[in-house]
Amino acid sequence: MAELIAIAFAAFFVENVLLTQFLGICSFIGVGKKRSSSLGMGLAVVVVIILSSVVTWLIYNFVMVPLEIEFMKTIVFILVIAALVQMIEIIIKRFSPSLYKALGIYLPLITTNCAVLGVALTNVKEGYNFSQMIVYATAIPLGYLFVMYIYAIIREKMEFSPIPKAFQGIPIAMVLAAILALIFSRFGGLA
Amino acid sequence: MTAKENFFKGFVKENPLFISALGMCPALAITKSIENAIGMGIAVLFVLVFSNLLVSLITMNPKIREKVMPVRIPVYIVLIASLVVIVEMVMEAFLPDLFETLGVFIPLIVVNCIIFGRAEAYAGDHKPLESVVDGAGMALGFTGAIMIISLIREVLGAGSITIWGNIKLDLTFIFDFLGIEPISMFLQPVGAFFTLGFILAAIAAIQNAKKNKTSKEVSK
Repeated sequence: MAELIAIAFAAFFVENVLLTQFLGICSFIGVGKKRSSSLGMGLAVVVVIILSSVVTWLIYNFVMVPLEIEFMKTIVFILVIAALVQMIEIIIKRFSPSLYKALGIYLPLITTNCAVLGVALTNVKEGYNFSQMIVYATAIPLGYLFVMYIYAIIREKMEFSPIPKAFQGIPIAMVLAAILALIFSRFGGLA
Repeated sequence: MTAKENFFKGFVKENPLFISALGMCPALAITKSIENAIGMGIAVLFVLVFSNLLVSLITMNPKIREKVMPVRIPVYIVLIASLVVIVEMVMEAFLPDLFETLGVFIPLIVVNCIIFGRAEAYAGDHKPLESVVDGAGMALGFTGAIMIISLIREVLGAGSITIWGNIKLDLTFIFDFLGIEPISMFLQPVGAFFTLGFILAAIAAIQNAKKNKTSKEVSK
């Protein structure tokens, strides 16, 4: 149990997917402008990462390892993720139009979000067992959601700040991310 | 557009990282030393040149093009992923240390927006040779950009310049002369965001200055 808590803590704070591992930066800078859209994107990422991690872990351990085709994991994982995202989109559209309205536009963007493929590859690289994988694959996107939401709150406030002309847009977003990364890097001392 | 212009447009005018802000994940993550940046650049160069070539060959024939266009995204993904697997295997066999440091970012070339963006925006409706030139220019522009970031981060953070393996330039004497330690913050994630943020701001400042100049000339 203690081991699982350690994995969850490390994944959420110490190895935060955005600020330490640099996965999913495009969506972080692009979508993290507004609280509502960051929440939508974050929740969509949580759903997709958990589901895709389970599916890719099962495929890897029960199909690819027995057949000794582990080297194919990049191709197989990206196809699985792309198909899964499509399926989630169809299912949500059919059963919950209101949820589709909230998450729908973020779903197609997620296939190319490096965090999803990155987590799927890390799961098999670290050789996690099923429970470790579930904990890791839940803590990582929650860390993503947490950082993205804080970031969106600050950026909304920053809209009205007098920012030097050259820094407007992406540069100031990067500097803000740097300050957040500085805060998060201190969590490393706790682990 | 001449072939030369086509090749060099990726270096400055349409630099994928600094102007279009594509492929930021590897640009932030692996820029701790120039060696890593060069390794990543070679991998991207290989994948981008061949993906552009294959995409333009597929879409050249109008009959095949008609069939491929509606399902082009999965087709491109499979093409790019196969090329990435080749890079992965070659790198693991011949450069195991570099493969270990770059880690998950080699397979993640599959979802790098630059590769997909060039396939979609350029290679899909240009001739094979032009697409190869475009791919090489873009990849070298990206390599140059991440080399600039790593140069700043490595010099300030570790006080050295590692070009490849043991070919290393030690600059700690400058820090000794100034009586300070290298700023290790630049090797941490903070430094990555700061460096890229300030480079992008500098580029924006140059662009603004140029715009002002031309608008003044017009008003005169």
